[in-house]
Amino acid sequence: MTDSPLVIRGLTKTFRPGGRTVRALDAVTFDLAPGVVTGLIGPDGAGKTTLMRITAGLLLPDAGAVEVLGLDVAVEPLEVQARIGYMPQRFGLYEDLTVGENLDLYADLQGVPATARVERYARLMEMTGLGAFMKRLAGRLSGGMKQKLGLACTLVRPPRLLLLDEPTVGVDPVSRRELWSIVYRLVEAEGMSVLLSTAYLDEAERCAQVVLLHQGRMVDQGPPRQFSEPLRGRTFSVQVEPEGRRALQARLSRLPGVLDAVLQGDGIRVVLEGQSDQRPSDAEMAGWRPVDPRFEDGFVALLSGERHRGELPRVHARSISGGEAIQVTDLTRRFGDFVAVKRLSFAVRSGEVFGLLGANGAGKTTTFRMLCGLLPVSSGHVRVAGVDLRHAAAEARGRIGYMSQKFSLYANLTVLQNLNFFARAYGLRGREAKARIQWALEAFELDAFAATESGTLPLGYKQRLAMAAALMHEPDILFLDEPTSGVDPLARREFWDRINALAEGGVTVLVTTHFMEEAEYCDRLAIMASGEILALGTPAEIKARAAGEDQPQPSMEEAFIALIQRRDPA
Amino acid sequence: MAALLSPRLLGLLRKESLQILRDPSSIAIAFVLPVLLLLLFGYGVSLDSKHVPVGIVVEQPSSEASSFLGAFQQSVYFEPRFYGTRQAGREGLRQRQVKGLLVLPADFAQRLKADRDAPIQVIVNGVDANSARLLEGYVQGVWSSWLQRELQARQIPVARPVEPETRIWFNAELASRNYLVPGLLVVNMTLVGALLTALVFAREWERGTLEALMVTPVTLGEILIGKLLPYFVLGMGGMVLSVLMALFLFEVPMRGSFWVLALCSTLFLLTALGMGLLISIVTRNQFVAGMIAILATFLPAFLLSGFLFDIGSMPAVVQVVTHIVAARYFVTILQSLFLAGDVWSLILPNAAALVLMASFFLGLSRRLLRKRLE
Amino acid sequence: MLGRILALTVKEFLALFKDKRSRFVVVIPPLIQLLVFGYAASFDLNHIPYAVYDRDGGYAARELLAHFQGAPSFELVRPIQRQEEIAELIDRRAALLVIQIPPRFTADLVSGRTAPVQVLIDGRNSNSAQIAQSDVSRILTGFNQDWIAQHQLQGMPVSLVTRAWYNPNLESRWFFVSGLVGLLTLVVTMMVTALSVAREREQGTFDQLLVTPLRPVEILIGKAMPGILIGTLEASLVVTLAVFWFKVPLTGGLGVLYSGILLFVLAAVGVGLMISSLAATLQQALLGAFLFLVPAVILSGFATPIDNMPDAVQTLTLVDPLRYYLVILRSVFLEGAGFELLLPQMWPLALIALATLAAAAWLFRHRMS
Repeated sequence: MTDSPLVIRGLTKTFRPGGRTVRALDAVTFDLAPGVVTGLIGPDGAGKTTLMRITAGLLLPDAGAVEVLGLDVAVEPLEVQARIGYMPQRFGLYEDLTVGENLDLYADLQGVPATARVERYARLMEMTGLGAFMKRLAGRLSGGMKQKLGLACTLVRPPRLLLLDEPTVGVDPVSRRELWSIVYRLVEAEGMSVLLSTAYLDEAERCAQVVLLHQGRMVDQGPPRQFSEPLRGRTFSVQVEPEGRRALQARLSRLPGVLDAVLQGDGIRVVLEGQSDQRPSDAEMAGWRPVDPRFEDGFVALLSGERHRGELPRVHARSISGGEAIQVTDLTRRFGDFVAVKRLSFAVRSGEVFGLLGANGAGKTTTFRMLCGLLPVSSGHVRVAGVDLRHAAAEARGRIGYMSQKFSLYANLTVLQNLNFFARAYGLRGREAKARIQWALEAFELDAFAATESGTLPLGYKQRLAMAAALMHEPDILFLDEPTSGVDPLARREFWDRINALAEGGVTVLVTTHFMEEAEYCDRLAIMASGEILALGTPAEIKARAAGEDQPQPSMEEAFIALIQRRDPA
Repeated sequence: MAALLSPRLLGLLRKESLQILRDPSSIAIAFVLPVLLLLLFGYGVSLDSKHVPVGIVVEQPSSEASSFLGAFQQSVYFEPRFYGTRQAGREGLRQRQVKGLLVLPADFAQRLKADRDAPIQVIVNGVDANSARLLEGYVQGVWSSWLQRELQARQIPVARPVEPETRIWFNAELASRNYLVPGLLVVNMTLVGALLTALVFAREWERGTLEALMVTPVTLGEILIGKLLPYFVLGMGGMVLSVLMALFLFEVPMRGSFWVLALCSTLFLLTALGMGLLISIVTRNQFVAGMIAILATFLPAFLLSGFLFDIGSMPAVVQVVTHIVAARYFVTILQSLFLAGDVWSLILPNAAALVLMASFFLGLSRRLLRKRLE
Repeated sequence: MLGRILALTVKEFLALFKDKRSRFVVVIPPLIQLLVFGYAASFDLNHIPYAVYDRDGGYAARELLAHFQGAPSFELVRPIQRQEEIAELIDRRAALLVIQIPPRFTADLVSGRTAPVQVLIDGRNSNSAQIAQSDVSRILTGFNQDWIAQHQLQGMPVSLVTRAWYNPNLESRWFFVSGLVGLLTLVVTMMVTALSVAREREQGTFDQLLVTPLRPVEILIGKAMPGILIGTLEASLVVTLAVFWFKVPLTGGLGVLYSGILLFVLAAVGVGLMISSLAATLQQALLGAFLFLVPAVILSGFATPIDNMPDAVQTLTLVDPLRYYLVILRSVFLEGAGFELLLPQMWPLALIALATLAAAAWLFRHRMS
């Protein structure tokens, strides 16, 4: 026997949504290392949540066995549940109960004696910093605080094994950092074993061990360095002038021997193929600076077989008079007494990729919705494509494309029916409509799925379809609201390749995101907090503004955190 | 009993009660909805016609005609409206100005004296058959009592072989409110019970909180009781409020004992809550749960419970269907409890049916509730 | 513009009927409801259980009882031997009424005296009691007439000549089935429309729709079309069943009937869309639809006459589209009414439709999110 707190052998689980068979887990086998944080890493749909739920006794496996702390979960779920802590994706909080009442409930359910509570609560509150909010309703907490409360609730009785299902999803970088520090302290102080699932690859590097899942299968297991180390000597950074970045990145990524090329900071990060005979010429590589490999490089290398490089969509945007695609003056939005957006002014140039960044509640979604005409403005002016939204809204809408964070096409219509509808909704008819639909099916490789109900498509394809629908009428301006949340790194690369191609064709792109690395892809960006713009400029300018004595060369994430903290020193 | 004392159950009960207190919609469903519905139904639904507009055509005025019309005008049931000619009267009937038409022909007084019989014509609008029939009865009543007085006054002998002596038990004045209000209580409680619970599990599924509950060592029995008990208390609160309104606002008599009322209400509420829980557990979706709750509760309770329409007069197949409507049993019990008293021969079998249905719904809920997500 | 509306309409239908469950929900339950409720909803008493306590036993008593046995709706539970049995039978609702014939009944009748007959009726359901009471007195009147004729006596003149227009046999099923046409049209139309906008809002597709160049009017028409078409079809189906299955006479013209149906469906669609665009979530929409539906049915005069309601409640019924529709349906079905008679019912419907549709279109874009 092993001293591992979690032993998984040949775990297989199949679901049948709407007649299709989806193998969520396929013969997964591993032992969890005791006393450390193990990252369960994989893109959406890799099977992370299914594995977590089986381990917690919420699902029965089709085959294989799970042993938690020496107990078979399938046989003794109650016993297992009394010994582990599990935080589901949505934290499991009762939003209409206060912080204290949530803690009380879980303490009751976990059988924590009243005498032990005082001390335990004090410790949890100290750890999470929620002590001052005991009487506040959980629903009134910010995303980051909810997440910490969720964690505290699973910890009221110290478990020996802690399962955290995507605890950092949808949370801003500041809160993510705090959560990680709590988890580290738990492991150190209480000797807990932690299994934490995440879709953020940069978090893998914070784990002692990594289990990499992909499409239900375990790709590999080991310390994160084991994934990145084979790539040592194959990763480079290429410096380039800001204007040429995108063109160069597009060229490099198609170069033979190049496995991956992404925008990073002021330069381009390049990963080479393993075989040395395929290397780019020395002339090409002049000025390339070798850098340390990251976990993400290892991930891309491991799964490169599925990398997709299709034809990129070509769009020719009409030129917008005045050169400014979006012009915002004194934009204000009030909800009752609450001012969500305060006198915002900025302009987006034609053909620019402009990013809108901010923590949850910063007002970026409100701003975004006003710009695409989904929310009436309280005061101020918005000109989109040279048209005042208040007066010629329908005309302005004819020139914009919109893709929302959630998949928001008609899930029970087929791909073709969706495309048909949006083509007609944008006023295309006859041969023109037919041509555009054909273009969408080809450029986004949706041919094979034309008759599939769009709700059952894999996530990556849903995203392609959403983008195809938004581009149906060859818009001049494309609005993207957190377009890549939950999408795996490969699909994300593919997505940005398309965005870059559109920008090269003159389309203006306005994008909101909380992936800091994606902020680097923008020509310019605005960081928002409390309804105001904190900083506006190119990524390099913003990082320069955030630089201080302790951080002479901050990363985008560090810059973001520094700017926010400088504003609220608390 | 041991389960009742577990700190886990107490924790769940406290949680659920706090949620109810903070969520205005539960309070609204339990207290505001019954009051509103009861007011609306109590005043809106009445079968007692009063001041029915009736057209009258007197073709030839006479003292007899005036005497008859006097009797007619005294009745609270009618609101006479006079027309000059038959044609005008018929036109008024056609245009729905009046519900019925009474024609005293030109030879009314003359024939009354000569033949002791003066045919008068009554036409009613038969579209609403029930109202028409009642109207007919009222006219007939006024006419025969006037005629009798008239003949007696003139000392004309009339043979009356059989005379009915009618006595109406339990509801002497035949106030329809007295039988509608108890029925309304049932419709009300069906809605409240099912709506309160239909959403509770579905809501926790959707918000992801049930998943967090399930991984604690809590047992299914505890979860079920933890859900049921607070909503039961809430539903009973609504019931008490409705009963008070029935007694003091609508002045329905209460002839049975209150403890029987409390006991039967408990049984019925458990059935309604159990039905809601079952819907909630099976659908796991607030929207579908709400939809089914409305379809499966309101219309059947309204139309098939015997609250408005006589079950005995329905076709056999429909009568069979009414047996699976829990409201049917409670309507029978309540109408008797309020108007007749503790009629054990009626209460016992109907209460037994409620016990059966409550155990069925709650038992099935317990069986279908799993600590797994599949 | 036409192309865009057409595309939206086609999409609405595809989305609605793609799902097997929603196809089922729109078609099957209304039909079942029509059949079940068509039979259930009736005030007619065709089953009056009664008991007889004959303390006389003479031939006149037997003759009287024969009259009761000859009445088709009266069903003898059993003869009674003792006084105590009366309460027992009525209490447990085994008998709706008990006829008690006094000991000297035959003797009284033969000697020309008026003989009383005691009729005890269970008043718990006052409506049934009232109907039973008048049925009993009709039977007694019949017996009296026969007795007077047999013994050559001078009786009360029978001089009330009653006729019921439009429904000579006073069948209340005609009344309820034609009312069900209205009820079911309303339920189906509300189901199709009340959730349509709220569902799209919740799924995020409404935003996607709002960023296209579609104007609110176009969205309104596109969203209203399925409700209008399905509501009209449903109404036609139910009308067909009412005529051919329940044999309710359709005496009026189809033109005026369909004008009424169309106006009502428009008003119902307007209310549904207004609720839908006012609601933030599906659940709110559902609750809203329900909170409209219940009072709308109660206050429409579907089961109980509006005239019986207190004045304040009667005023409230003026905004209930079902109220007008029911009058139109019943008048066209039974009275054969034409346009000139129904105009006062039609313009309020048109007004309600106009107001709610305009409100819905405005709310599409202006509802706070």
